[in-house]
Amino acid sequence: MFVINCPHCQEAREEEEFHYEGEAFIARPANPEAETDDAWGDYLFMKKNPKGWHWEMWNHATGCRKILVAKRNTANHAIAGSWTLSEARKVYDKEQYDAEQATK
Amino acid sequence: MNSNNRIKHQHSRVDLTKPLNFSFNGKSYIGYQGDTLASALLANGVKVMARSFKYGRPRGIVGAWAEEPNCLVQIDVGAKTTPDLKATQVELYEGLVAGRTSGWPSLAFDLKSIGGHFSRFMPAGFYYKTFKWPAQFWPLYEHIIRRAAGYGSSPIEADVETYDHKHHHTDVLVVGGGATGLLAALLAGRSGASVILLDDQSELGGYLLSSPNTTIGGKSAIEWRDNVITELQSLPNVQMLTRTTAFGLHDMNMIQAVELLQDHLPHNQRKPAQRRERLHRIRASKVVLATGAFERPLVFGHNDVPGVMTVSAIATYFNRYGVACGQHALILTSNDGAYQAVADLAAGGLQVTLADVRTEINPAWDARFKQLGIDVYLGFGISEVFGKTTVTGARLSKLNPTNAMQEMLAQGVKLRVINQIDVACDIVASSGGLSPTVHLFCHDGGRPTWSDESLAFVVSANSRANAGIYCVGAVTGVFGLQAGLEKAVETTNEMLNSLGKNSTASKLNLTTNEIARSPAQAIYRIPTNKKAFVDFQNDVAVTDIELAVRENFKSIEHIKRYTALGFGTDQGKLSNVNGFAISAEFLGKTIPQVGTTTYRPAYTPVSFGALAGAHVNDTFEPRRYTAMQPSHEKYEAEFETVGNWMRPWYFPKTSENMHSEDMHAAVNRECLAARNSVAMLDASTLGKIDIQGRDVREFLNRVYSNAWSQLAPGKCRYGLMLNEAGMVMDDGVTACITDTHFLMTTTTGGAANVLNWLEKWHQTEWPELEVYMTSVTDHWATAALVGPKSREVLAKLCNDIDLSPINLSPDAFKFMDWRDGTVAGVPARIFRISFSGELAYEINVDASYGNYVWEELMQAGASFDITPYGTETMHVLRAEKGFIIVGQETDGSVTPLDLDMAWAVSLKKPFSFIGKRSLARSDTVRTDRKQLVGLLTEDPTIVLKEGAQIINSSNILPPVPMFGHVTSSYYSAFLGRSIALALVTDGLKRRDDPANNTIYAWAEGKAVKATIVSPVFVDAEGARHNV
Ligand SMILES: [Zn+2]
Repeated sequence: MFVINCPHCQEAREEEEFHYEGEAFIARPANPEAETDDAWGDYLFMKKNPKGWHWEMWNHATGCRKILVAKRNTANHAIAGSWTLSEARKVYDKEQYDAEQATK
Repeated sequence: MNSNNRIKHQHSRVDLTKPLNFSFNGKSYIGYQGDTLASALLANGVKVMARSFKYGRPRGIVGAWAEEPNCLVQIDVGAKTTPDLKATQVELYEGLVAGRTSGWPSLAFDLKSIGGHFSRFMPAGFYYKTFKWPAQFWPLYEHIIRRAAGYGSSPIEADVETYDHKHHHTDVLVVGGGATGLLAALLAGRSGASVILLDDQSELGGYLLSSPNTTIGGKSAIEWRDNVITELQSLPNVQMLTRTTAFGLHDMNMIQAVELLQDHLPHNQRKPAQRRERLHRIRASKVVLATGAFERPLVFGHNDVPGVMTVSAIATYFNRYGVACGQHALILTSNDGAYQAVADLAAGGLQVTLADVRTEINPAWDARFKQLGIDVYLGFGISEVFGKTTVTGARLSKLNPTNAMQEMLAQGVKLRVINQIDVACDIVASSGGLSPTVHLFCHDGGRPTWSDESLAFVVSANSRANAGIYCVGAVTGVFGLQAGLEKAVETTNEMLNSLGKNSTASKLNLTTNEIARSPAQAIYRIPTNKKAFVDFQNDVAVTDIELAVRENFKSIEHIKRYTALGFGTDQGKLSNVNGFAISAEFLGKTIPQVGTTTYRPAYTPVSFGALAGAHVNDTFEPRRYTAMQPSHEKYEAEFETVGNWMRPWYFPKTSENMHSEDMHAAVNRECLAARNSVAMLDASTLGKIDIQGRDVREFLNRVYSNAWSQLAPGKCRYGLMLNEAGMVMDDGVTACITDTHFLMTTTTGGAANVLNWLEKWHQTEWPELEVYMTSVTDHWATAALVGPKSREVLAKLCNDIDLSPINLSPDAFKFMDWRDGTVAGVPARIFRISFSGELAYEINVDASYGNYVWEELMQAGASFDITPYGTETMHVLRAEKGFIIVGQETDGSVTPLDLDMAWAVSLKKPFSFIGKRSLARSDTVRTDRKQLVGLLTEDPTIVLKEGAQIINSSNILPPVPMFGHVTSSYYSAFLGRSIALALVTDGLKRRDDPANNTIYAWAEGKAVKATIVSPVFVDAEGARHNV
């Protein structure tokens, strides 16, 4: 029963307007035929499914019908932010980069 | 009529000038306006109101509100009957009919009380240990146990009441209308914030209504309350809701609350158009939880005899309802919180004996008690209550004089009884302190913490301020009124600051006449060798917890489930904390180490009606009708539901002697009409997606398994859609309107999913493709005109020279072509496609003209005896041709190759279409997968059961290897025999191997012999549609 801010509509709306679309940033391999069965199986079936922060896609199904990315905590439904796909990619990449730097 | 317990009380909320007749268990009584069912029964001297769950012991009222564990009642009769309401929460009205829910066969004699004599044979886990074996008898045991256990009965009739939902957005929501809740709402209201104040009782005021001798700001508590309410009523930004229980606090401060709108009114005053209950869904920026606390009883021997109650309950019945539950009250306490009630009862004329487990008494109270002539026993507890169906007395036992039970237990010293005094009394009330109502705070992840000072699990006033959740009053463990009001001002101001609002608290005089409290003692049970109950509703005794610990249950969640502590309709509101504390004692741990069980919504039971609201029947699941519905009704179609659509299933004909065809006869007739002459199907429900843009062809190449590059305008093609795992997910015909404009059809049930699916791929993977999609399912009505005479029928309506006549000749309008034109003068798109194998035209017109064109076609076909047909005939016709239905022949594990549809997979397309790579995975390339085949039974009259298991031998002694299942099965009137489709392991090879093509289809105890054949039963060469 949480609220998602749709970056396309720029409005905070009830969860029931949205449709879950799964983990974000699982890129389709550019050349599927070049993938091994194992690698292709990972792409198809292996999801992070974390307890905690999760980057995921939602479709504003009864609104603008556009897909957005939210960073949601699966343990307590807190939402750190929501972005369009391209904006989210930048935030996500920076987060990954910062995490890498921190471990160095 | 026995109403000897009613007293005149100056502050009573009950109007003695307004008597009300009601009945309980078939007996008539009189109560008064303002009573609850519980207060009215107590006033009438009714003691035994229930029988206990496990032992059938007589039980009476213990509490005064939602904490009541025993007195579950069945209210009203017939369709309006409601089971398992707490008598303490049912407001009395003229003509109320109430009954017991427990006590089988009767309250006076409960079969289980026989079990009670053998109670040492029914310890914790008794049901698990005794009745689970042998397993096949469990359903029988369960039936009897459930009946004997005693919960009420659900209504059998449909609910005649209506319900609705209301959505709110507010700055501040205050839950609880007691002293601190009223104060918080007042401060928030004065600041100009939008405020909603909820309370579950019929009147605001909370415990102030039960303690009228308290003063605030020099005024009586009642007057202070009245003034605050008057001011709140004058503020337009404040909304107050009574009889409204907040039962769930969800993510981001979504509070759900249910309001009872007219259950408190006599039937003749209830408005038929008024809802019974309203569910409020409130999204609040700030939530102030002023949910208070319930008084926790102490646990002692035979503490379940009717007449043993909590002190706050006795005080509430006395002060608020003017009911003295008896003449002589014995009160046992561990804290000063009970003292005001003791003084009120004595001042009101009751004989009162006070036992305090502590050895010292606050001198200010001591003086008052002496003045009131109250016998006081210090350092005593109750070891045993006397009486069977009502209290007749109790034994006071001196507790260990070191008076530090907790410490001594920690040192392993056994508590010891020194001497005893027997007291005659007809009420026993106890107070072990308060248990804060932390439920809402914990629903979305908050945790309570143990406070050694408050001796309770409490929540912090502002630890969740970041989430906008604040707590005031007793729920925070501040139990004194003076301290509670002062702290509430502080917390509310902090909350208002965070909203950018100003407080006016400095103008309030909040001085009370409360006597400062001395520390309470940590004690939960009085040592006894008698049965002492922790949880009344589930009959959990101290010995059950001890047994559970002895049997090595260590987590409180496990102890709860083994003993049933805290289950039931009261969810342990009285019993939980005692249960945690007593578990801690036996586990040798501290209470915070043991912790609490999990608090989950709903706080109190909520009716299904309130949750459903207006979403019932057609508003729960709307029915969709096609434009041709008037005609379908005229022809008396039987309907079936497909998705949300109501589709004609078959059209039974009624003969002159009024005999109506059964489905079998109707379908046979409809099938033969389609094969031999002409018939018509309403195909409007198929999903239609209009796709436009520069890159539509490329997009279709990627989302379908077959190729779209060469499809010219004016042509159609069947498309197969796979998911990325290579499994068939949808199919349908797509037409090329122009090079940049296509019309896709989907299955009826898959329409919405397919559009989502296409949009997702477009937005996430291929945003560079210029493609626009929209659903046009409802825009078009579609009549499928089917059969050898369909061209002649259509020709009659396509001959309007002035409009644009369509050339229907076979050379000009070929199979899989579509044409623009007019049909009966209406602009139309006509697709020459066929889901039956016959010559057929699907005529699409603006939905507004759908019924008109349908009727015109019916008239034009009259001379050929045109026959409308429904989904059942459609299924038979397509099965005769071996055409699949997605979701019937497929189940998400079937590839196009499994369906022998390699012709619909283009591996040459440059882009790797969705699902292509998966078709090359080691599992999908296996040649012995389950594959689609046809089946012909040896006996042509037997129609196989859909879902029948395919086995290789008629010998069905286990283990029997299974090789697939029957997916579709019909009687074909055209072939004069049964046919079936099936998915069979290695089916394609077996089909062509006469030595290996016999199977048995097993269902409902019968194995039917059949031969694997091609799934195309009619016209394999396609001659019938190519005319
Ligand atoms: Zn949107």
